[in-house]
Amino acid sequence: MPIMLVNILILFNAVFYQPVAENDAKPAIMDFETFQQYLKHENDTVYVINFWATWCAPCVKELPDFEKLNQKYGDKNFKMLLVSLDFRKMYDTRLIPFIEENKLSAEVILLHDPDANAWIDKVDPSWSGAIPATLIYKNSFRLFHEGGYTFDELNTIVEPLIN
Amino acid sequence: MKRIFSLIVFSLVFGLSLSAQGYKVGDKAMDFSLINVDGRMVSMADYPEAKGFIVIFTCNHCPYSIAYEDRKIALSKRFEPMGYPVIAINPNDSTLQPQDSYSQMIVRANKKQFPYPYLLDADQSVFKTYGATRTPHVFLLNKENNDLIVRYIGAIDNNYEDADAATEKYVENAIKALESGKLPDPDFTKAVGCTIKYKKS
Repeated sequence: MPIMLVNILILFNAVFYQPVAENDAKPAIMDFETFQQYLKHENDTVYVINFWATWCAPCVKELPDFEKLNQKYGDKNFKMLLVSLDFRKMYDTRLIPFIEENKLSAEVILLHDPDANAWIDKVDPSWSGAIPATLIYKNSFRLFHEGGYTFDELNTIVEPLIN
Repeated sequence: MKRIFSLIVFSLVFGLSLSAQGYKVGDKAMDFSLINVDGRMVSMADYPEAKGFIVIFTCNHCPYSIAYEDRKIALSKRFEPMGYPVIAINPNDSTLQPQDSYSQMIVRANKKQFPYPYLLDADQSVFKTYGATRTPHVFLLNKENNDLIVRYIGAIDNNYEDADAATEKYVENAIKALESGKLPDPDFTKAVGCTIKYKKS
């Protein structure tokens, strides 16, 4: 009887389980201390770090442009990180479905550290805390921008940094 | 020529976000006259007895503003009787953010029974003068020799998600400091928030 049950389960899984396409790794959840490492690599890689949230309309609007950039340079010395500032309780209900629906290819993480005053300046002293905001850096080159970007603007900045 | 034009556009777009300097702690704040959700115009001059004001740029749609809604109500109930009324101002352009329209403000104010005025910065001049960049964004003003002096700028506390988990109640502590004749410390904090939606003219 138990063997039969296992068989049914295996059959059930084979029929109904379909792997999620594309980026099926769940975003890591981290506090600022863990996240900091992404802000200071010195390895010739161009880092494009975008701070966003699913409920932030201008952020969502510019995401396709970031995706396009990631598609263009993803196989070069380039790394994009989409840092979600969604609330922790929105992780399953908003963030995961959003990533699946929009088939985001860039890596997403959830930065969960509500004491924002303690870390905003460490991203960039010019940041007021409003999103969207984007940090682009490569070794000692550093450009922080509070507000939106278009693909052309991003490309103008990134292209000369690609090897 | 086209290239020069796009360069100008590029620098204009980028310059705008940098040009919003606004008030710093210690600056004299200007009064305003803005429409409230009850249809009346409200100014700080309408409160001759006030010792100061908790001016909060906030809105309907932003999850951070919503997360702080009950805390704004609590601040108002606690500090208005002490002479520091809360005045909430929605700076957003409703053509860009329909949830923040005047009619939606009225709906929200009625639903939550805001004990404070909830004003619309219809021509978006007040938030620019103050230098608000996000919602929610607090400017604590203190009346000194009949001037309103900015004494604290920033967040309400240090935990947007959970009021009970906040270990630093910035606005509350700032008022307590003023009440005991001291200057707030810290007098400036940052917080994650929603950008203010304004027409780039």
